[in-house]
Amino acid sequence: MAVETLERLLAEHPFFKDLKKDYLSFIVGCARNAFYKPGEFIFREGEEAQEFYLIRDGKVALEISFPGKKPVIIQTLESGEVLGWSWITPPYYWHFDARVVEPTRAIAFDGKCLRNKCEEDHSLGYEILKRFITVVEQRLQATRIQLLDLYGAS
Amino acid sequence: MEPVEKEVLTAVQNPMLPLIFQVRSRKQETNDTFTLEIEPLDSKSEFKFLPGQFNMVYVFGVGEVPISISGDPSKKNRIMHTTRMVGIVTKAMGKLKKGDLLGIRGPFGSSWPVDKCSGCDIVIVAGGIGLAPLRPAIYYILSNRERYNRVILLYGARTPDDILYKNEIEKWRSRFDFEVYVTVDRGISGWKGNVGVVTTLIPRAPFEPENTVALVCGPEIMMRFTALELIKRGVKENNIFLSMERNMKCGIGLCGHCQFGPVFICKDGPVFSYNQVKDLIFKREI
Repeated sequence: MAVETLERLLAEHPFFKDLKKDYLSFIVGCARNAFYKPGEFIFREGEEAQEFYLIRDGKVALEISFPGKKPVIIQTLESGEVLGWSWITPPYYWHFDARVVEPTRAIAFDGKCLRNKCEEDHSLGYEILKRFITVVEQRLQATRIQLLDLYGAS
Repeated sequence: MEPVEKEVLTAVQNPMLPLIFQVRSRKQETNDTFTLEIEPLDSKSEFKFLPGQFNMVYVFGVGEVPISISGDPSKKNRIMHTTRMVGIVTKAMGKLKKGDLLGIRGPFGSSWPVDKCSGCDIVIVAGGIGLAPLRPAIYYILSNRERYNRVILLYGARTPDDILYKNEIEKWRSRFDFEVYVTVDRGISGWKGNVGVVTTLIPRAPFEPENTVALVCGPEIMMRFTALELIKRGVKENNIFLSMERNMKCGIGLCGHCQFGPVFICKDGPVFSYNQVKDLIFKREI
């Protein structure tokens, strides 16, 4: 059976679709394979945002908790999606809890390592930011629609 | 693929004269939504409809409202209407019991183009009670499953408690030839499904955009965003169909209440291709 290299897994993830091979080789050193079990927290609100995650399989819920109340799920993320962008902008702290709903395989990226590489090579940095801004834009649009409470009482 | 055309089945009787129907059963779907199953009081009547069409439902002494038909089109004379209790008439409808009578004019309007998309992937996108007008299309497609490639339902509801037809969705999910994805806007503890608006399911759904026909129904804003997301994914504009809703009154394009630019929703719709309405749905003045 062929051993799947991390670089190949990166190239297969939609987030890095069509990213130059040179860039993939350059950043793969910041990545690691990760597996999380249901109920496990990948990160908790207020913790330092040291990584972000490319989800390969599984499901993760972004949650926020209130004193004395059950946590509310803000969004769920699945295969092919990106979890976390707090590693990009200071002060690098998570704003939500990420709780695993279904067994999840992901590629975890060291945020500081990637930030350093982006500083080293601004073209790479531009590529990465373009991809993240697309994700942020999609999430912002989705949040706006969510706020409209479309299916609520008339 | 050639653009899909619409089918229309119009009422055979005098369209202004209600037929008397009797309530066979009433089912509470969610906190504020119920389904009435009705049949003609005159057993000689034959009521047929196409998926996507609507009836004008008259609650005697209260008023008349347009309601999409939500039952199986192959079951003649067994008409279902799934309705949310939001106004005087629908609240009165919600109080009807088995054996009560109401007046029905219809069926009116255009239908989902289910007969014209053989060989296509079908993506059904429903938001909230928008699943009701799509359910007849789902019944039809599943009865003729061999004619289609992939069939996918993307359904968004407000909360898990607001999901319509829960038992039926579970049955659909258990089929190997129907992919069902449900998401809610607000997740609660214990909910294991997706959380997020229905448009977020579109990039994940496994269909071939070039060969896809999309049937979309829900609040108009949801349909606008859904259409844009489908187009972004590569679905052709003339293969996206929306069910529009306006203030339908006469049902036959005479009174003008449901005028939508150059068309009448009741007569020319409610099902339109995105191409037909794209210049209108983004205009706040219309």
